[in-house]
Parts: sequence; C-alpha cells; structure tokens
Amino acid sequence: MTALLQLEAVSVAIGTVPLLDGIGLSLERGRILGLVGESGSGKSLTAMAAMGLLPLIGGRVTGGAVRFDGQDIGAMTDAQRRALRGGRIGFVTQNPMTALDPVQRIGEQVDVVSRLHLGLSHRAARARTLELLTRLRIPEAEAVAEAWPHQLSGGMKQRIVIAMALAGEPELIIADEPTTALDVTVQAQIIQILGALVRDRGLALLLITHDMGVVAQVCDRVAVLYAGRLAEEGPVGPIFAAPAHPYTAALIGCIPQDGMAKGALRGIPGAVPSALAFPPGCRFHPRCPRASDLCHRIAPLPTPRAEGRVACHHASPPPEGQP
Amino acid sequence: MIAYLVRRILMLVPVFLAVSVVIFSILHFIPGDPIDNLLKIGSSPEARAEMEVRYGLDRPLPVQYGIWLSNVLRGDLGTAIVARRPVADLIAQALPHSLALGGLALLFSTVAGVGLGVIAALNRDRWPDRAIMGGVLLGSTMPSFWLGLILMLVFSVWLGWLPVSGARSWTALVLPVLTIGLGGTALVARITRVSMIEASGRDFVTLLHAKGLSPLRIQLGHVLRHALIPVVTILALRIGWILGGAVTVEVVFARPGLGTLLIKSLSQHDYPVVQACLLMLAMAVMLGTLLGDILQAVMDPRVRAALA
Repeated sequence: MTALLQLEAVSVAIGTVPLLDGIGLSLERGRILGLVGESGSGKSLTAMAAMGLLPLIGGRVTGGAVRFDGQDIGAMTDAQRRALRGGRIGFVTQNPMTALDPVQRIGEQVDVVSRLHLGLSHRAARARTLELLTRLRIPEAEAVAEAWPHQLSGGMKQRIVIAMALAGEPELIIADEPTTALDVTVQAQIIQILGALVRDRGLALLLITHDMGVVAQVCDRVAVLYAGRLAEEGPVGPIFAAPAHPYTAALIGCIPQDGMAKGALRGIPGAVPSALAFPPGCRFHPRCPRASDLCHRIAPLPTPRAEGRVACHHASPPPEGQP
Repeated sequence: MIAYLVRRILMLVPVFLAVSVVIFSILHFIPGDPIDNLLKIGSSPEARAEMEVRYGLDRPLPVQYGIWLSNVLRGDLGTAIVARRPVADLIAQALPHSLALGGLALLFSTVAGVGLGVIAALNRDRWPDRAIMGGVLLGSTMPSFWLGLILMLVFSVWLGWLPVSGARSWTALVLPVLTIGLGGTALVARITRVSMIEASGRDFVTLLHAKGLSPLRIQLGHVLRHALIPVVTILALRIGWILGGAVTVEVVFARPGLGTLLIKSLSQHDYPVVQACLLMLAMAVMLGTLLGDILQAVMDPRVRAALA
C-alpha cells in the first residue's frame, strides 16, 4: 500500500534560516503517526510543510518533496493546493481559543468547509454541520451553531475545530498539539475522538504532540524530531520497549509513572538549541550522555533499525532476536 | 444592550454640563462685550447701562449661566444680540451647509481611505503599498487651510473647472469636501492598512487558510471585518472633529455654515450665537463618541457580551 502522506527528505527554511533538515516520514491510511519533540524541534513547521502553508509564515521548502497520495504538493497550482486543504486534508490547530473567527457564528465557520469542498448548498451544509457536531457529542448542536466562539469552552471549541477538519470528508487529518491548551480531562476526550475517527473511517492521522504518554496510548508509529532533524522513527511498541536513540529514551523517561515518589519527576537537562546556533555534528550532543568525539564532528544519518530508523552514532543495539 | 445604551446616554449628562460651563465662561473671559458693537461711539454710560440691563449682562456670571442653561435645556437658544434674530434661526440656516460638507467629507474619507488601505495591505511592501503610504504621509501632514488654497489655485484659478467659493451649486462643494476629506483619507488608509496586517497574523487566519479558502476571500471576508472595527471607532470620533475642522475650511472657501457663523459672531462678541455654535460642535463630538461605542458593540459580539 502506498503512503497517503510522504515527506521525502524535506528541508525547510524561513528566510535564510534553515530549520528542518531532511525530514523523511510516511503515513498510511488508517494509521496514526505521532510526531514528537520538545518546543522548537520543528514539529509545527513539519505540519505547515505538509499542508503547503509555509508561505504564510515566510517559509519555503528548500529540499526534498511533500507528496500527498503520490502527488508532489510543491508542484501543484495554488488552486489545487487549496482544494486539498480543508478537502482531502483536515487541520486541527494547537490553540482552539484563538482558532475561530471571533466575529462569525460557529455554524457558518463549519458550513463554509462543506460548501467549498463538497459543493453543498447552505441548507445541506448546515444539516451536515449539525450532524457532525452531534457526532462529536456536542450537546444542543443547533444552539451551538448559532453561538459565537467566545460563548464556548476550550474543549467545545476544539470539537468545533475538529468538526471543521472533518466537514470536507478528509482522508488525512493533521492535528498540531490538539490538546496542549486544554484541561487534562478534556485532553483525554479529544484524543479519544481523534482515535475513534481513524478506527471508524479509515482516516490517516498525523498527531503532533510533546506528550509521549499520548503517543503510547493511540499511535501506531512515532517519529521523534530534535532540532529540525529526525532522531528516531518506528512502530510505537518496540520503540517504547527499547528506544535506540538517547533522546527518545530521555523523552520516554519523562513520562510520569504510577507509584513514582514525590519529586521524582524527570526532565532532560538543557534546552533545544536555537536555529541560529545549531551545534555542529549531532545536534543533540551537548545534552547527550553518550556523546563522543565523533558526535561533535559528524552528524549521524538515519539508518534502518528493526522496523524503523535511528540517527545516532551510539544507538542502543536492538533487543535479542531482532535484526 | 438597551440597558447599556441608557447607561451610556446618561453618562453624557455630566459631560454636557461640564462642556456648557466651559463654553459659557471662556467667552466671558474675553475682553470686550457685544454692547460695544451696538452703541454708537461716544454714547453715555447711562445708555450703556440700560443696554446691559436689557440683555441681562448686568447680573453676576453664575446667574447669567443659570438662566442660559435653563433656557437651552428648554430648547431656547436665545436671541442674537448683534444680529438681532433668534439664534435658532441662524443655526438652522447654517447647520445644513455644515452637515452636507462634513457628511460628504466623512463619506469621502471613509470610502477612499478604506479602499486605499485595503489595496496597500494586500500589496504589502510592494510598489502600490509604497505609493499609497507615501501619498498618505504627504496628505496627513498638510494643514487643511493650506491644502484648500492649493486646490483652489489649481482647480479654480488655473484650470477653471470649479468655483472658487460660495455655495451656489453642488460643484462648489467639491473642493471643500476634498480639503477636509483628504486628511481623513490619509488617517483611515493608515489605520485600515495596519489593522489588516495585524489581523492577518492572527491564529484564526491560519485556520482559514487550512480550510482551503482563497486568500482574497480571507482578506476581504474575514480580515477586513476585523480591521474595520478600529476604523469605524475612529471615524465616529472624527464626526465632531470634522465639523470643527470645517470652521477654517468654510472661511477659506467663503461658504455659509456653522464655522463662518462662529467666526463672525466671535468677532462681534455675540455671546448667545457663539455659545450655541460651540454647543453644536460639542454635541457633535459627544454623539460621535456615543455612535462609536454603539457601532463597536454592533460589530463585535465580544464587546456585546462584555456589556451584557
């Protein structure tokens, strides 16, 4: 089966500053790919590149290609790209509080997607909107459709954003930290909703998050980004059982466990370097416990390991019985 | 919303009173009085005293103020001392001219300003933007009386297309409207451009792009709506300002109107007329502010929610 979304060694720059360096990812229908990393690792930029929205933030693809269903997004016309966005690709933003137009009623903001991409009439679009809201378990859908954004809670707004993402019958949903701005209880609901969509409708979901716990719960595969490069990628089970990259291991180590002593919460010392001052060699080496002389000089390339890839000179060997 | 309106209008009462005190007192601090214009040179002090009694000018200032205010509140603006006619008549004659001039100038600066601002914002940092913003800078730095004289020189004296002055036909309105309107156009264009650029960077605009809407539809259907909120507020505040600004322009173009009436009666110390003119201008400013607040609530549901 060919991948629905494929990033082939994509490099991205904003202005003259290179930010993403040769990111390769692939996502099939009916699958959930988790894209993780700390703030500043390039997760959202990857999402913008996949949507073809880089020009909005002054960015552009400087190398490689983004393919949707085999077609190079970069080679499309603007009109073709717009037909994809909202149509075949739905987008769920990071902050639902600011994602909706504050001076337009909720219903109209959802309606426009199905009118634009499915060619529905006003009436049919509203019927579809109400159906979507109801399916997303929004109580009193008709009242909500007539409401203004400021009248809804954050969790409600995020459901509206998801409804907008679904309104154009997409095949792929890109969700950029869909739960970061929400309460913990609401977070679980939203993740559940997104997971159910993939199961029930065979959608593909690119789930961007910095929460390894969420990845462990719902994702099929996970890609770990660090400072604009891919650190490790592969199926969730093996990676959580035996992470090969020290950064992946550190991220997994940050997940709080049941029965952890008070004060035992772990972090990763240091911070993601600024894009203006990426260190030479492996960009993780200043924070890496395994860093050697080699890591200071030469950047490791992603190499196959088990069912995934890892970019580390000192990757942990795969567990017994695997190649 | 209704409760808000009532509250907002009640708030104008103390403002009105304060304004009336200021209007009344500054006039009486100016040396000289209207009697000077009525008496023949060399008239006796008795004749003068008799005149003062007739117009109530012999009483203490606070009493004069009280009488004036209570008359104004009952809709009686008094009688002009020098012009010897009811002040209401003079105002009724002048106001339509000023309203036509101010209204057209406001309309012109709104349409031209928003239009230019949108074009500049859509072409940000390209040549149309630079050209418009350059023109706007020039327009906003020229004083209106000077601009008026230049327009007169070019269009009336050199080209002979439009009348130099007066109010005999609609063509006489063109130059005064342009004179007042160009400064407003510059202001409105600048604010429209800036607030469109600011609104374009908001989160919800990214999501509109992600929904596949065309950039033009996003700019005109969503971004402009947001950009217009501050523009409308400022335009409403300018209503009073434009009527006040019309004073010099009316004089330059020798047009009848509130400004001409004000200047003439000021030079004659005709208290009742000056007071009435100033009161009209102050009311225009107050109503403009009120209108601005109402329009903001109409345009932005969040403002309505905050008021409820």
